[in-house]
Amino acid sequence: MEFFAGIDIGASTTKAVIINTKGEVIGYSVTDSGADFELAANQTFGQACEQAGCALDDCIVASTGYGRNNVPFASFAKTEISCHAEGSFHNFPRAHILIDIGGQDSKIIKIDNDGKRINFRMNRKCAAGTGAFLEEIANRLKIRLDELNGLAEKAQDNVQISSYCTVFAATEILSRIREGSGVPEIIKGIFTSVIKRVLEMDSMEGDLAVSGGVVAHNPFLVKMFEEKTGKKIFVPPLPQLTGALGAALYARKAKEV
Amino acid sequence: MSADKKVTFKKIKATGQMRKIMADYFYDLDGAVKDETQKVAWCTSVGPAELLLSLGFKVYYPENHAAMLGATRQATNYIPVANAIGYSPDICSYLTSDIGAYLKKETPLSRAYEGIEGIPKPDVLVFNTNQCRDVQDWLAWYSREWNIPLMGVSTFRNIGEISDEVLAGIVQQLKDLVPKLEKISGNKFDIDKFRETMAASKECTELWEKVLETNMASPAPMSFFDATIHMGPAVVLRGSQTAIDYYELLLKEMEERLADGVGAVEDEKFRLYWEGMPIWGKLRDMSELFIGLNTAVIASTYCNSWIFKAFDPADPFLSTARAYTEIFIVRDEEYKEKYIEDVVRNFKLDGILFHDSKTCPTNSNNRYGMPERLEKRLNIPSLTINGDLNDLRCYSEEQAKTQIEAFIEQLEAM
Ligand code: SF4
Repeated sequence: MEFFAGIDIGASTTKAVIINTKGEVIGYSVTDSGADFELAANQTFGQACEQAGCALDDCIVASTGYGRNNVPFASFAKTEISCHAEGSFHNFPRAHILIDIGGQDSKIIKIDNDGKRINFRMNRKCAAGTGAFLEEIANRLKIRLDELNGLAEKAQDNVQISSYCTVFAATEILSRIREGSGVPEIIKGIFTSVIKRVLEMDSMEGDLAVSGGVVAHNPFLVKMFEEKTGKKIFVPPLPQLTGALGAALYARKAKEV
Repeated sequence: MSADKKVTFKKIKATGQMRKIMADYFYDLDGAVKDETQKVAWCTSVGPAELLLSLGFKVYYPENHAAMLGATRQATNYIPVANAIGYSPDICSYLTSDIGAYLKKETPLSRAYEGIEGIPKPDVLVFNTNQCRDVQDWLAWYSREWNIPLMGVSTFRNIGEISDEVLAGIVQQLKDLVPKLEKISGNKFDIDKFRETMAASKECTELWEKVLETNMASPAPMSFFDATIHMGPAVVLRGSQTAIDYYELLLKEMEERLADGVGAVEDEKFRLYWEGMPIWGKLRDMSELFIGLNTAVIASTYCNSWIFKAFDPADPFLSTARAYTEIFIVRDEEYKEKYIEDVVRNFKLDGILFHDSKTCPTNSNNRYGMPERLEKRLNIPSLTINGDLNDLRCYSEEQAKTQIEAFIEQLEAM
């Protein structure tokens, strides 16, 4: 039996996906990237293998993400841009725009009807429009990350947070608190801020798909995205694993050649 | 594909000669500062250098010095010093690093050239605002610091057609400079000298253009990253025989590369345009990154900016006005797009890289929708990298590398 693995070492988390020859996901895992990318790759891959019931020798491995060159057992590396496009087209085989909101960066990738990438954008160097922004604000408000979604859902109102800068946004939030805004409203406000930052990165004509860790953990954010854009938005079954899936698909393609 | 693979870097043989003439140039300037009878003028890089040279000034170009601060990765030590005296981190980082270095009493010149203690203190500071306002503010700072006269030419910017009225205005401004410059230099203006200097400058820039045009061939012999270094003499020694001799030598070497089929990049697969300023502190890294990706970055607005086609010794004032006004940086979007289109076609390029240089808006042409328009117009992709000419704190290396690699993967899949 032959398997194909994709390992996506992101700045915050490391993801591994194992697929079979049909492209079905038979194992996956997500761990923190930490400071040792190689270790993270080993652990995550090991867990995914266990689930899939395979070993390294059964797999062709491709790596992606910021740590893509730190996976000694990968046959080759591809950027996360290509892998996200590949993974997303596998999930939605038609022309669309993928919005991936990750821990440290956000990407907008335009894909045509043949699955080819037409264009891509990444957020500028700062945290605006990424998971890091949510993390920082949650930290300031002493809220756990897994509470954000539930809180935002409860909001009666939307509090406006307009600063680009995470630090300024945090000060803005202090003013909102002084004015008496509730925590759920503030969380909804920061979700809105992330959505706005992402939407202003590119024009969004056509079908939209969203993925990434932020999306995986905050389904309410997707709902807000739909309200904001007036479009039905596709969410893959494993939103956080789009890049790793794409890498695994590249590994499968490499075998075909 | 991995950008981290070992790369072979092809050294240009003429580099030794370039180093020598640049060293001679700086020693000559240093000598002039110590010699009462010799006058020194500072001139912005696309300022009226030929006029100054013809009046006997030794000419120093502060932008060249600032680029050295960037290339030696010293700029970020100095930028905060200028910030602290009120010069914003958002304005030209050439300006802030140069003034910061002066305030710290440091210069790469004294590290590179034994015996040179500082930058050459001038007798006059001359600007042309054709490129930006920052150059005027930059020289104005030194003017106040040293109590030295500041003068220059104010050029309209963002223009399409260049009208006779615009040129007449600039000619007048140039002529108005003459009596003031005569007084400072102690030399009488001599139109024949002006013509001679212009003829030499013209020859230099024509040779430089020929060097750049060797890159129309595939594989292209010279990368953008090499060209930014070898452009030095065209900036600081134009108007001299030395520069002409140098570009004859360099052209010969590039022609040999053509004849031997030697490219700057081994196994050249893609050819790209670089729009915007270089990231001076990252030239070597960028160069290696692209070699590793079998991609030749071989045409640029930046290196083409020292081609002054309009120089005409028969009418030196008018042609100075024209040459320094018709350059890319002065023109409107439509002109710029047509310009890039022609280069992309002539050099058979596969894509365009835009460098959004945080502190140099006039060289960041991605900011008014040009990449999107050019992608449609030329049917090739583009990529915008965020960075800066000198302030490396504005540059995220990992992100830029990933974007560049992803861009090449996109070209491969096309
Ligand atoms: S053109 Fe840009 S880099 Fe050059 S002096 Fe002006 S602001 Fe600085």
